[in-house]
Amino acid sequence: MKKSHTFYIGVFVSLAYSGVASALSFETLPEPPTNLVVIDTPDDAGNSVELDWALSGTDIFNPLNENASDTDPSAIVSTYSIERKISDANGSELDEADSNWQKVSEAGAGESHWTDRTVERGWTYDYRICSVGNQGDSSIWCDAEPVTPVMQMFNMSKVWLAIFMLIFGGFIAYYINYARSGKPLWVRKIAGLEAIDEAVGRATEMGRPVLFVIGIQDINEIQTLAGLTVLSRVAKTAAEYGAQIEVPTCRSLVMAAARETVEAAYLAAGAPDAYQPDRIHYLTDEQFAFVAGVTGYMVREEPAACIYMGGFYAESLILAETGNHIGAIQVAGTAMPSQLPFFVASCDYTLIGEEFFAASAYLSGDPLQIGSLKGQDYGKFFSVLILVAGIFIASIISLSHSEEGLAVDSLNYIKNNMLGSEGLGSFGGGDTDIEGDDS
Amino acid sequence: MKRTVPLIIAIIAGFVLLIANFIPYAEGWGLKAQEWFNILAVGAMILGGGNLVKLHLIKISGQRKGWGYSAVTIGCFVGTLIFGLFKIGVHPNEIYPNVGWSGYYLEGGSGLWWIYQHMIVPLTSMMFAMLAFYVATAAFRAFRAKNTEATLLLVTAGVVLLGQTYAGVWLFEGWLPESMQWLRFDHLTEWVMNIPNTGGTRAITIGIALGVVATSLRILLGVDRSYLGQD
Repeated sequence: MKKSHTFYIGVFVSLAYSGVASALSFETLPEPPTNLVVIDTPDDAGNSVELDWALSGTDIFNPLNENASDTDPSAIVSTYSIERKISDANGSELDEADSNWQKVSEAGAGESHWTDRTVERGWTYDYRICSVGNQGDSSIWCDAEPVTPVMQMFNMSKVWLAIFMLIFGGFIAYYINYARSGKPLWVRKIAGLEAIDEAVGRATEMGRPVLFVIGIQDINEIQTLAGLTVLSRVAKTAAEYGAQIEVPTCRSLVMAAARETVEAAYLAAGAPDAYQPDRIHYLTDEQFAFVAGVTGYMVREEPAACIYMGGFYAESLILAETGNHIGAIQVAGTAMPSQLPFFVASCDYTLIGEEFFAASAYLSGDPLQIGSLKGQDYGKFFSVLILVAGIFIASIISLSHSEEGLAVDSLNYIKNNMLGSEGLGSFGGGDTDIEGDDS
Repeated sequence: MKRTVPLIIAIIAGFVLLIANFIPYAEGWGLKAQEWFNILAVGAMILGGGNLVKLHLIKISGQRKGWGYSAVTIGCFVGTLIFGLFKIGVHPNEIYPNVGWSGYYLEGGSGLWWIYQHMIVPLTSMMFAMLAFYVATAAFRAFRAKNTEATLLLVTAGVVLLGQTYAGVWLFEGWLPESMQWLRFDHLTEWVMNIPNTGGTRAITIGIALGVVATSLRILLGVDRSYLGQD
């Protein structure tokens, strides 16, 4: 037999064998995912695209796969393989590899969403997806329309937040200007802040120090800044009375800022020599180690006044109760709603939420700052109006049991657009779930 | 100058973060600002650590009251620093087996891991556990029926406390008519937590949010400079 004949027979036999082997294994390919939709992520800088697809019919996590338990084991989807190629690089030079299909990610069974954050703004991308079975077999590909990510100039999902901020900012700016013109503004008395002078005076009489804790948050938190403004006043009063002030801090940057604040306060009080920088000291970043340090100091030195102003967590009660046990007069202020009851239970005076933020303006007596408080009040009034409108509309819907109409559309708009993230959107869209939604 | 430069930095940083929240192009600016803050915080850690050591060394050298505690603090500080910096007990990373310090600093079984697991975690848990006793003493004081409001608070607290346990169901089992089931403590607790409690918390939260906006604006506009040590 000639060599060429032997070769052809060999090829025929091997092809026949592989065909028979394949037929005998009874392997079934997984079904492909469908409806791959790729969109440019809305309200971003054009640096990501969103991929969504319908799960494969042989994905056992597919809720539409009612016979999941009967799915052929060899066809069960284990992962989805996602490939990408760049079809237009917007004039930039491209590697050959990028122009061809490349695997960029894979998603697990049951997953139907992926965000590609490795795209370039202005380039055009093609995507395709297939399912991969338990045996490593792939389904056919499901393609999508090409997508070109672009940058949005403004994050429209936050447009109502911007509008509210402008309204509140407008009120505040107007009343700051109003105060600048010299017109008088009235601010109600805040007992907790009035008590600070009394507390420092008591410490002076007893010859004991004043303890000031600025919370356990870092300097980039607004509560810490608000705490520092109160510290400025307390330090000034302490300098005027000749009392000692002790400020342990939980963050190094807060220590540095507190030193500047106290030093300036002593200078303003005309007692720069009385300023002792070592009394404003760093303890530790660890929450409970900090508490141990501060409470240890309280028990040993028994300060006559303890003032807590800033962001506190679980340590609030330990500090306040220790202060209570040593008989110190205590004033606290925080914007942590969960810690307020503890301070109320253990301290003599507590600044609740907004009072704490108003402290700086209140203590300074500066008309410009007090004007901002007036603006804040009008902002609150505006919020109450929206609240009342929402309650009124929700009550009408609830009493009339209506599921559509102007009232439902209005409530939807308040919830989804004004308080949600759907931006300006269109009036009359979205769903309402009055029952069971406490957002 | 000492006040003006920090004020300008604060105002610029504040406006950058504000803009970054609304303009997608500036999203990265906020992250950059956060990175700069982290760099500053690391630098400040040295300042804080130095301050801690200095104060306690002064206390030890002067043999002031409680100087023994300072000695323990310095000992723990130095010991932890040595274990952490030199990665004692840490094995080299599998990718860089020849680089001695390439392992993860908190690797299981290492010195620093041991200090963390067997000293810091139990001590922290101990401090946290003390909260239970403090809650009891604070509750005892807060719930004394001195006047109408305090009595109301006491009754509400009692109902909620029982409603959170099986007693809230057990006390009314078998005798309360179907139409009066809403009086069961577990149902009353649910109502108290969902209606008055949620309403009160939201009122406080709205006030806080507006306070944050007003304080931020005062700082951004340079009206409030007291955090820089100036009224």
